[in-house]
Amino acid sequence: MTRFWKGFWALLIGVPILAFTVWGLQDNPRLFVVTLLNGLTLASLYFIVASGFTLVFGLMRNVNLAHGSLYLLGGYLGFFTAQFTGSWLLALAAGFAAAAVVGLAMQVSIFRFMPGQDLRQTLVTIGLSIVIADLLMWAIGAQVHQMSPPASLDGPLRGLPVIRVYSTYRLSLLPIGVAIGVALWLFLNRTRIGMMIRAGVDDRGMLAAAGVNVNLVFATTFAIGAGLAGFGGVIGAVELSMVPGEDTRLLLASLVVVIVGGMGSVVGAALGAAIFGLAETYGLAYAPTYSVVFTFVILVLVLAFRPRGILGRPA
Amino acid sequence: MSAANWRGAMNVQTPRPVAPGNPRAGAAHEPRARRFTNPIRPRHVVVLAFLLGYPWFATPFFTFQIAAQALALGLIALSLTFLGGSGGMISLAQMTVAGIAGYMVAIFGSAAADNPSLGWPWWLAVLLGIAIAVVAATFIGWLSVRTEGIYTIMITLAIGVAFYYLALQNYAVFNGFQGKQQVFPPTLAGIYWRDPTPFYYLALACALAGYLFVVHLLRTPFGIALQGIRDNPRRMHALGFNVTAHRVAAYAVAGVIAAVGGVLFTWYNGLVTPGSVGTGWLINILVIAVLGGMRHPVGAFLGAIVFVLLQNFAIDVIDRERFNLVIGVVFLSIVLFSRDGLLGWWAALSARMLTHTGGTPWRAASGRSYVR
Repeated sequence: MTRFWKGFWALLIGVPILAFTVWGLQDNPRLFVVTLLNGLTLASLYFIVASGFTLVFGLMRNVNLAHGSLYLLGGYLGFFTAQFTGSWLLALAAGFAAAAVVGLAMQVSIFRFMPGQDLRQTLVTIGLSIVIADLLMWAIGAQVHQMSPPASLDGPLRGLPVIRVYSTYRLSLLPIGVAIGVALWLFLNRTRIGMMIRAGVDDRGMLAAAGVNVNLVFATTFAIGAGLAGFGGVIGAVELSMVPGEDTRLLLASLVVVIVGGMGSVVGAALGAAIFGLAETYGLAYAPTYSVVFTFVILVLVLAFRPRGILGRPA
Repeated sequence: MSAANWRGAMNVQTPRPVAPGNPRAGAAHEPRARRFTNPIRPRHVVVLAFLLGYPWFATPFFTFQIAAQALALGLIALSLTFLGGSGGMISLAQMTVAGIAGYMVAIFGSAAADNPSLGWPWWLAVLLGIAIAVVAATFIGWLSVRTEGIYTIMITLAIGVAFYYLALQNYAVFNGFQGKQQVFPPTLAGIYWRDPTPFYYLALACALAGYLFVVHLLRTPFGIALQGIRDNPRRMHALGFNVTAHRVAAYAVAGVIAAVGGVLFTWYNGLVTPGSVGTGWLINILVIAVLGGMRHPVGAFLGAIVFVLLQNFAIDVIDRERFNLVIGVVFLSIVLFSRDGLLGWWAALSARMLTHTGGTPWRAASGRSYVR
């Protein structure tokens, strides 16, 4: 892209956003800043869930449409763990572990036997999502489950400028999301397994030829990716609520985030999550009936001009 | 260029081994015209006679709830079978197109009194509904043909779910969660078209028309080009075909079929709600198409019959609430153990039977699988 086009796009996107910001701050600064925080914290949750999705896709070309079900599974298990032990950290661990184990089982028992058949793998994940969602509804029921936040993060945070008060737990999602992002980046870029995963993303065949046990790398990645969905589930169980149907919502969020950001890129997932989270909350705050239309317009614009997502590369 | 692209570019179809003593083995060398005529076989007559006579020996429940519903759903699934089987594009938004047609019929035509409905004549509402749905389908196609394979699934799923939320949240046009109630077919020539037998014949006429249309379309130059694009888009592009235009046109054609099916399905239910365009139904259409098999248009209707039977009689096997579990397990076992749904099983079975008796394997038995 030439410098002219870069400037053109920056103007075309930047000017309306700037105008909206100025108007919003002048009109009702408190609403604007609260919406900004809501958007960023929601984006943080979306990022945690979508980063697992994009990690699995990047390495295995496997679109795991059961990702939402793993999110719900992790959330429920975290909820019951917290109920029995009273420990929020244990709940997080349980949610991560449960989803990771299910993901691992999926990879080892099914996907390993259909390598390279992208479409068939996707159909299998659709079938699994139907089955898991119904099993969860059978075992747990359709009523709403809501987890209480850990004691240290419970209650409002007072004395903030402009907005005065904000939920401590909600605000803490931001550092959690950043921490997960940084940890994932370090894992992928500074460890030996991360190196193997990145090599596998670029060329699976060559990685196998170099003497790496590709199946082990695949299984590890799938477990981590699924585990992140479960981890997000426990976090979401406090902020949103656990009820059948949330799996679809988070699946849609993950899809949009990775389509907008670019498949298989963790940085892209962060960017996509920020765009999607902000668009959704600002839409809900300023134009409630049409909030989903904003999401859709963003999706359309990105697809029309960058079919592989903002940071996507050709496969 | 990556290895996958090379493989795609070099994708040379290996010639099929010709079985000795197979009278159809020379089919490839027959004159073109003869290969493209479809002889009417005894089995066609038997099936048609059965379909026409069906309401006379079936109970109203079986005529309406089972057969008519299966025909309407089969028509929607047929649009996916056409797109997926012949075009290689698996779109999850076919139920969205059908739902748009249903919503438009309710909005332009008549629905329950508390809803905003324009109350135009039914034929105008139906025509407008189908036209708007086709425009929407073309738009969805234009968006998603930029992508391939699994990307198409994801983008059409995202579009479908976005429309679901739009219908759910918008009260001015779509009437929110309630949707449009009491959307019924008109009374014409003294016949109320929602009575079991008339509705069955209406659905049968539409389904037969759609089926024959697709079967015919696959033999036209357009259909052949579409199948060529499915098998190797690069080569077709090099031959001078406009790949994108063919794909978008396929979406538009599939949109017509899905829209007709959607109007029928809305009339069958008597209502259209966000739930009928939700993820569950988006995926159900895929389940139906994959269940039947995508290698031939008839698969959509086979899948729809099995689906509707399971839906109605899964209660006897297991709790009614657990229908999703049954359908999920059936779908999983089909995807895991058969490459081409029921048609794949049938083809494998008949091929085995016929080769044992020294006859000719069914033509489609050597066809390729689209779900790879």
